[in-house]
Amino acid sequence: MSQSDWDKNAVMQVIDSLKDKPGAMLPILHGIQDTLGYIPKGSVPLIASALNVSRAEVHGVITFYHYFRESPPGKHTIHVCRAESCQSMNGTGLEAHAKAKLGIDYHETTQDGNFSLEPVYCLGNCGCSPAVSIDGEVYGRVTPERFDEILDEVRAQA
Amino acid sequence: MSIKVYVPRDSSALSLGAEKTAKAIVAEAGKRGLDINLVRNGSRGLFWLEPLVEVETANGRFAYGPVKPKDVDGLFDAGFLEGCSHRLSLGLTEEIEYLKKQERLTNARVGITDPVSLEDYLSHDGYRGLQNALKLTPAEIVKQVTDSGLRGRGGAAFPTGIKWNTVLNAQGDQKYIVCNADEGDSGTFSDRMIMEDDPFVLIEGMTIAGLAVGATKGYIYLRVEYPHAHKNLNTAIAAAEKSGYLGADICGSGKPFDLEVRLGAGAYVCGEETSLLESLEGKRGLVRYKPPLPAIKGLFGKPTVINNVISLASVPIILDKGGDYYRDFGMGRSRGTLPIQLAGNIKRPGLIEKAFGITLRELLYDYGGGSATGRPIKAVQVGGPLGSFVPESQFDTPLDYEAFAANWAVLGHGGVVVFDDTVNMAKMARYAMEFCAIESCGKCTPCRIGSTRGVEVMDKIINNQDRAKNIALLRDLSDVMLNSSLCALGGMTPFPVLSALNHFPGDFGAE
Ligand SMILES: NC(=O)c1ccc[n+]([C@@H]2O[C@H](COP(=O)([O-])OP(=O)(O)OC[C@H]3O[C@@H](n4cnc5c(N)ncnc54)[C@H](O)[C@@H]3O)[C@@H](O)[C@H]2O)c1
Ligand SMILES: Cc1cc2nc3c(=O)[nH]c(=O)nc-3n(C[C@H](O)[C@H](O)[C@H](O)COP(=O)(O)O)c2cc1C
Ligand code: SF4
Ligand code: FES
Ligand code: FES
Repeated sequence: MSQSDWDKNAVMQVIDSLKDKPGAMLPILHGIQDTLGYIPKGSVPLIASALNVSRAEVHGVITFYHYFRESPPGKHTIHVCRAESCQSMNGTGLEAHAKAKLGIDYHETTQDGNFSLEPVYCLGNCGCSPAVSIDGEVYGRVTPERFDEILDEVRAQA
Repeated sequence: MSIKVYVPRDSSALSLGAEKTAKAIVAEAGKRGLDINLVRNGSRGLFWLEPLVEVETANGRFAYGPVKPKDVDGLFDAGFLEGCSHRLSLGLTEEIEYLKKQERLTNARVGITDPVSLEDYLSHDGYRGLQNALKLTPAEIVKQVTDSGLRGRGGAAFPTGIKWNTVLNAQGDQKYIVCNADEGDSGTFSDRMIMEDDPFVLIEGMTIAGLAVGATKGYIYLRVEYPHAHKNLNTAIAAAEKSGYLGADICGSGKPFDLEVRLGAGAYVCGEETSLLESLEGKRGLVRYKPPLPAIKGLFGKPTVINNVISLASVPIILDKGGDYYRDFGMGRSRGTLPIQLAGNIKRPGLIEKAFGITLRELLYDYGGGSATGRPIKAVQVGGPLGSFVPESQFDTPLDYEAFAANWAVLGHGGVVVFDDTVNMAKMARYAMEFCAIESCGKCTPCRIGSTRGVEVMDKIINNQDRAKNIALLRDLSDVMLNSSLCALGGMTPFPVLSALNHFPGDFGAE
């Protein structure tokens, strides 16, 4: 068998520490994604056998939820809010700007591997629309100019 | 003596740079050798003023805002710590009109305390509701909640006391309290603010619910988009456990109650209660058929109270001051207060907790100050993505569940999203269909297929193809979705679609 390109021990550790919780599936999937940034296809059989369900069921759960991903993300993940409140403050213009600036569409990662772009439907920051979040930090009243500044800041962080 | 300076840690304040402001204040005070005690409070919910910084003075808390790092030096020069006059001075916080006119019952501590300090919570009337509840029988607790007139704040407005009574009387070796913290609606953030800015009040409310129905375990199903709420809830839960407010023996009563936060994964439909329960059980979030109601067969098949964050966070004050106290606020069958969230294209967005009965016009102009862009307000969407668009001619409608229903509109979770006259309502109708298609759980055809068809039909209408025919088709499609969807995602998407069409026919090509 070829060496897998993801850390099986880390996955097993997550599974073992959570599998006895009632309704352990989502906590395990979160645990794996928190650790590796995504849920490798090869981890599906491990989860299935630990929870005593079919692989198809695990796969079904992963694909049902927008948040879970099966491929590694870029170094930083940008979520742009597409929902109504942000639309009312030129969120659609911001979306177009973000895509053009990064040269990618939603669910894609820039060539240099720095940024992944995802849509999100409300960040609870509707009092400061339009909003984006980068690696979980929310930014409000994001004009296209401010978007560029924030990107530079994030890049500079390392 | 060190002087208390408050800089919010609420994520909306952080989204406008509160962290940098806090650092600048600490650095500047250090440079000047001034002794300050920095408290990271929640937000007062006056977002156009964030980062809103407060200083404790002899007369009360004194506010400045919005304070950027570059303002800090000048503020100190002007006498920042004494409550000085300065371009950014707002006077005593409690005297700010927007705040002063509110009736903050559920949000009594929001923005005032350090959210994760149990000491702060206790010194601001925290856990008084639980202390009272511990002296009552389960039926007496339920009666207080029933008497308060509280109706589910998640949107459906079902009487909370009646729901609890069903669970109290249901047979089960195990019962659960589940808090619906999925807050998926655009334009809403009051659940988030409670969880970030006063998490103990939710914990207390859930503990009281446990005592009321005989449940020993609670789950908070939190949307993954709220990492700060996650952190604060877990910190507060740990503190409550340590001090005996959660765990095997609540306040020495011998009664147990445990609480755990579980994260969602970005599915809007998982806010629907049965989809949420499926998700908690580790499955795809497919909506269940009702009956059985969750109150009878809920989480893992056991009797379950499932309530919205605000419903549960309103329970402590009801048990503290009595059902009658709460009931005295409001109008008609809408009793108590509603945390209204004013959002979108509005000059002064924010959290406004008021008794039911205030009108949209008061909210939009007296509180909100009109649109942010200065253009006329064309429409507001109330009650989230499944709520109707309300035109100016209905702005005098009071916020009341029945008054909204009479206009074929939805009060829902109290989110108000404002649009100026540049909005194209046909595009908003298309978006509503698109959102339904993206978020549909796929279990029933009217929603799964209907929403996709709806997007196609809207595209044709927008592109001026056979408009009359396609508008008739849109009405038919909406009718089917309204009448034969399994849950309110498919069943209520016609609200934004048809309200847009009926109130703004011009945007759909009518002469
Ligand atoms: N807050 C949000 O983010 C958000 C998002 C989408 C929709 N919504 C709202 O959700 C609403 C629809 O919710 P729903 O489909 O759950 O409504 P529903 O009317 O089916 O149920 C309302 C609540 O009452 C309970 N209930 C009903 N009869 C009962 C009885 N006899 N005994 C005990 N409990 C009983 C239900 O179990 C449920 O908890 C919409 O009106 C919309 O406003 C809110
Ligand atoms: C598609 C859909 C999404 C929902 N999302 C939420 C939500 O995010 N938060 C919430 O409290 N209720 C939501 N609800 C309503 C819940 O189904 C349920 O009525 C509520 O949690 C009951 O609590 P309450 O009685 O305290 O309001 C949603 C309903 C539907 C149909
Ligand atoms: S209406 Fe839509 S979301 Fe609701 S059960 Fe049907 S397919 Fe699922
Ligand atoms: S709609 Fe964008 S943050 Fe809520
Ligand atoms: S998910 Fe059941 S129809 Fe496809």
